[in-house]
Amino acid sequence: MTAALIALRAILHREALRFVTQRGRFIAALVRPLVWLFIFAAGFRAALGLSITPPYQTYITYEVYIVPGLCGMILLFNGMQSSLSLVYDREMGSMRLLLTSPLPRWWLLTARLIASTTVSLLQCAAFLGVAALWGITLPWQGYLAAIPALFVAGLMLGALGLMLSSFIKQLENFAGVMNFVIFPMFFLSSALYPLWKMAEASPRLRDLCAANPFTQAVELIRFALYGQMNLPALGWTLLALALFGGVALWGYDPARGMVQRKG
Amino acid sequence: MSMTAGLSLQTVSYAFGAKQALRDVSFAVEPGTFCALLGPNGAGKSTLFGLLTRLFTTGQGSITVAGHDLARQPRAALARIGVVFQQPTLDLDLTVRRNLLYFAALHGLAGREAETRSMAALDRLGMAERAGELARNLNGGHRRRMEIARALIHRPAVLLLDEPTVGLDAAARFAITDHVHGLAASGLSVLWATHLTDEVRPADQLVILHRGRVLANGTAADISAGKPLSDVFLAKTGTPA
Ligand SMILES: Nc1ncnc2c1ncn2[C@@H]1O[C@H](COP(=O)(O)OP(=O)(O)OP(=O)(O)O)[C@@H](O)[C@H]1O
Ligand SMILES: [Mg+2]
Repeated sequence: MTAALIALRAILHREALRFVTQRGRFIAALVRPLVWLFIFAAGFRAALGLSITPPYQTYITYEVYIVPGLCGMILLFNGMQSSLSLVYDREMGSMRLLLTSPLPRWWLLTARLIASTTVSLLQCAAFLGVAALWGITLPWQGYLAAIPALFVAGLMLGALGLMLSSFIKQLENFAGVMNFVIFPMFFLSSALYPLWKMAEASPRLRDLCAANPFTQAVELIRFALYGQMNLPALGWTLLALALFGGVALWGYDPARGMVQRKG
Repeated sequence: MSMTAGLSLQTVSYAFGAKQALRDVSFAVEPGTFCALLGPNGAGKSTLFGLLTRLFTTGQGSITVAGHDLARQPRAALARIGVVFQQPTLDLDLTVRRNLLYFAALHGLAGREAETRSMAALDRLGMAERAGELARNLNGGHRRRMEIARALIHRPAVLLLDEPTVGLDAAARFAITDHVHGLAASGLSVLWATHLTDEVRPADQLVILHRGRVLANGTAADISAGKPLSDVFLAKTGTPA
């Protein structure tokens, strides 16, 4: 095995061990989307039924509609948390250690991104499992096709977090990130309402939501969960991944001195 | 330009924006040498360590590690550096052994090779019997020793330690200082940042850093010239050590 793969495997292994030992983090990440599913969506079930648009083939309840968006929410939170933890807390030490490795920096950062996305995927699997127990089941091809879709979406959102962590010094706490990144991205997306429904309210709003990379990620996941490919959504998500990833790598260039900033 | 198999710095400068943290820092640490980098708070020691480990870079001056220019051959240079940072970098929820294996993998080592090297490094620091303990359950002295052991797994030529004894009791401090002098004697170039003069031995190389400048570079015995080192340090820097 090459040095690069040995390092990737070790970074994945470490993330998995941390995941197992920090059970609180796992539960918290699972409770958040479940609260939305059980309370918010259940409450709207009567008020909001959705007509038939792809990928759906029958009339669906609101709960069924928001499942892909809630998977996206897990990826979004984790992506922000794992990168921004660098800016404030003790994870900076482990980042320093990581960067003293003689492997190329872009590879080390990519490996870290892959590892944190893999953990997000496990959380999505747990969430879909609970949703299935609650009666929201999907076609089996959907569960399979969702794996690569969730992975690409998770990488993109993780890269966004990494990019923000290298630039935004004033995001002093997670509340700031919630208010200025997570909430706008989540609410101005197709996670909670379909775009055509937004267009009824305002075409402007619809356009804004369509331009949101999170919308593209959610649509990619939504189609995948029904065993279908949404090529435009995949294209936009990959483009956003390339952009955020590229800027993040630039942000972590040693000549910019980002790693010294804290401690 | 001095080419050494150890560590060498030529006119290295660095600024954080308008704040000049290092000015024209030049010195070399030969193999088999324990070099104490003595400087008060804010002298620029950690900044220098950041540059030496390429966490960030500077356009001014050059650094060579075991004959490799850090700017031109960063990966070859980094492969020969072992480092213990001022802030601990342990995974507290993992065992000592796991922490070491993780680091070994970052240097491309896996399997039996990684296991034997990790155990050998722990053994060298007198930590072999703690391999299975969680890092969280180690006392401060043992945590530091574990970090030093970890820094040796890939058999570096240059060992960098940034105030490794801060927060330790006198016994642990002495033991670690002693261990690392032993490592230097076995052939490593050791750079040991501190602000405590009692960690420096007369035969050590001594570099005094103050406000980003090198004020003295020579053997500790020569620099102190028969006086207590703390007095010399106070006279040179105006800061008690
Ligand atoms: N990220 C930063 N941004 C701006 N200035 C900084 C930064 N880090 C350090 N400095 C300044 O650079 C100078 C050198 O700091 P450095 O941390 O290298 O000193 P040190 O010798 O390691 O001190 P200590 O003994 O406290 O660890 C100090 O004046 C410090 O305030
Ligand atoms: Mg320091």
